[in-house]
Amino acid sequence: MAHSMAQPAPQEGETRRDFLQLVAGSFAAVGVGAIAWPFISSMNPARDTLAVSTTDIDLKPIAAGSAITVVWRGKPVFVRNRTEDEVKAARNVPLSELKDPQPDQTRVKKDQWLVVIGICTHLGCIPLGQKPTDQRGPFGGWFCPCHGSAYDTSGRIRQGPAPTNLAIPSYAFTSDTQIRIG
Amino acid sequence: MATGLHKSDFQNPVIRWVDARLPVFTMMQKEYGTFPTPRNFNYFWNFGALAMVNLVIMIATGIFLAMNYTAHTGMAFDSVERIMRDVNYGWLLRYAHANGASMFFIVVYIHIFRGLYYGSYKAPRELLWMIGVVIFLLMMATAFMGYVLPWGQMSFWGATVITNLFSAFPLVGESIVTWLWGGFSVDNPTLNRFFSLHYLMPFMIFGVVFLHVAALHITGSNNPLGIDPKGPQDTVPFHPYYTAKDSVGLVVYFIVFAALVFFFPNLLGHADNYIPANPLVTPPHIVPEWYFLPFYAILRAVPDKLGGVLLMFGSIAILFVLPWLDTSPVRSMRFRPLARPFFAVWCLCFIVLLYVGGKPPEEPFVTIARVATAYYFLYFLVILPLLGRLERPLPLPESIARPVLRGGGPLPAGAMSKPMEKA
Repeated sequence: MAHSMAQPAPQEGETRRDFLQLVAGSFAAVGVGAIAWPFISSMNPARDTLAVSTTDIDLKPIAAGSAITVVWRGKPVFVRNRTEDEVKAARNVPLSELKDPQPDQTRVKKDQWLVVIGICTHLGCIPLGQKPTDQRGPFGGWFCPCHGSAYDTSGRIRQGPAPTNLAIPSYAFTSDTQIRIG
Repeated sequence: MATGLHKSDFQNPVIRWVDARLPVFTMMQKEYGTFPTPRNFNYFWNFGALAMVNLVIMIATGIFLAMNYTAHTGMAFDSVERIMRDVNYGWLLRYAHANGASMFFIVVYIHIFRGLYYGSYKAPRELLWMIGVVIFLLMMATAFMGYVLPWGQMSFWGATVITNLFSAFPLVGESIVTWLWGGFSVDNPTLNRFFSLHYLMPFMIFGVVFLHVAALHITGSNNPLGIDPKGPQDTVPFHPYYTAKDSVGLVVYFIVFAALVFFFPNLLGHADNYIPANPLVTPPHIVPEWYFLPFYAILRAVPDKLGGVLLMFGSIAILFVLPWLDTSPVRSMRFRPLARPFFAVWCLCFIVLLYVGGKPPEEPFVTIARVATAYYFLYFLVILPLLGRLERPLPLPESIARPVLRGGGPLPAGAMSKPMEKA
C-alpha cells in the first residue's frame, strides 16, 4: 500500500497531469466562448433592423444636373442625374490619377444615373453637393466639410483623407424611371 | 479574545465589535490616517484627491439624471430639455454633470502633467502609472458615450465619426462598426447601448481607481524631489496634514467648478448640440468636446485614414511604455536641466494640438498640427531615451527632510544616515 502512495518519480516531457490540465483548460475556454457568443451577437443588428432594407425611388422628378437624397437603412443615398458634361468629365480622367481606381462605367447601371451611398468613406460625414447652392469641391462632385475630402462626378475620391470612393449600394432598375435599393 | 477575530485597537465598543470581524476601520486608519506620506508635497499632489471627488460627483449627478432621461432617438433630446426646464433642479444636475466632465479632464490632465514632470511613472511605480492610463482610457470612453446621450447634432455626428474610426482597420473594420452600431448607421440601438455602457463604465473606473490607490499604497507617493523617504523624519501622517492640504485645493476646485456651472454653463459646450440630431445633415464644423481636441488634431494631421487612427490611439498607448522609454534614473525634472525645456516644448505642443484640433482642416492649421504631432512622438521615442544617456543631472539632495528643514531645526539622529546615491 505504501508503495502505491509514493510520489511518481519526476518524468521527462509531458505527464498525464499536463494532459488533463490542457484538456480542462481548453474545455473551459470553449465554454466561456460559447457563453460569451450570445452576448456579443446580441449587439449585432436585430431582425427588425435587418428587415427594413429596401427603398423604392421614382427618378422622374429629378432634372438633369440635380440630385436627391433618399434614406436607405438609416443612411443617405445620393441619386444624381448627371449632365453629359459631367459624365464626360468622369470618363476622361485617366485611371492612373485616381486613388481608388475604378472606371466610371463600372460604377453606374445607366450612364446618366449615379447612385452612391452619401457617406464620406473617411469618417462618415455627409458630403456637401446635393443642393445647387452647395460647395461641390474642385472636382464637381461632392465635398466633405469635416476633413476636406473631395469627390468627382463619379463619386470617386480625388483629394483628401478618405481612402475609397463613395460606396455603391446594391440596386436595380425596376422600370425605366424606378429603382429599388437593397 | 475569540480566535479568528482581528485584534482591534479601537475603544468604542460598537466600532471595536465590527472592526474585530471586518477590520475596515483599522484599514482606513492605516491607509488614510497614519499613512506615512512625504512631507514635501506641493499643490500638484492635490489632484489625485480632486479626481476622486470629481468621480463621486459625476456618479451622483448621473444617477439622478438617469431617473429623468429617456434613451430613445425620438425622446432623448426632449427628455434632456425637460430636465432643463421642468425637473426640480434638473438644470443644476445637468450643468454640474456636463461641466463636471470638463472639470474631471482638467484635473486629470494636471494630474498626468504632475506625473510626467516629477517622473512619477518611474520604478517602482510603473504599474501604478499604467493603471492610471487605463483609467484615462475608460474616462475617455465614458465621456464620449455621455456626450452622445442628449442626441443633439454634435452628439450624433461625434458618435458617427468616432465609431467610424474602427472602419479603418482592414477586413474586420466594417463588421466591427456594424456591431458597435447594432445597425447600419448610428441609430436607436446605438443610443440604447451607449446609455447602458455610460452607466456601467463609471463603476468600472471606480474599481480601477481602487487598484490605482492600492498600488500607490504599496510603493508610497512620489514627491517633488523625486527621492525616496529614508525614515520617519521624511514623512508626515496623511491625516491631518494632507487631508487639510487637499481640502484647501478642494475649495479652489469648487470655486472654479461653481463659476462654470452658475455663470458660464455652456462655455465649454457647443451650440450645435442644442439642435436635435439629423442623420441627413452634417454640421459644417464638427468638433469633439475640448478635452479630445489634441487627439483629434493628431487624427487629422495624418493624410491617411488608417495611419491617422493608429497614430491617435498610439499617442495614448505610448504612455504605457513611457516608464521604459525614459532611461534617466532621476525622477524629478527639477534636477534634469535638459529634460525640463524639452518637456516644456512637449506641453506647448499638447496645447497647440488642443487649439488646432478645434480649427477647420485647412492651412496653416494642418501644417502646425503635423509639426506638433511629430514633436509629441519625438519627445517620447527619441528625446527621452537619449537624454537618459546624454544629460548630466544636478546633484540630488541627501534627503527630503534636509531641504524642508533647511537652516534650522534639529534633525533626529539617523536622518542623514545614508546620502542618496548620485544617479
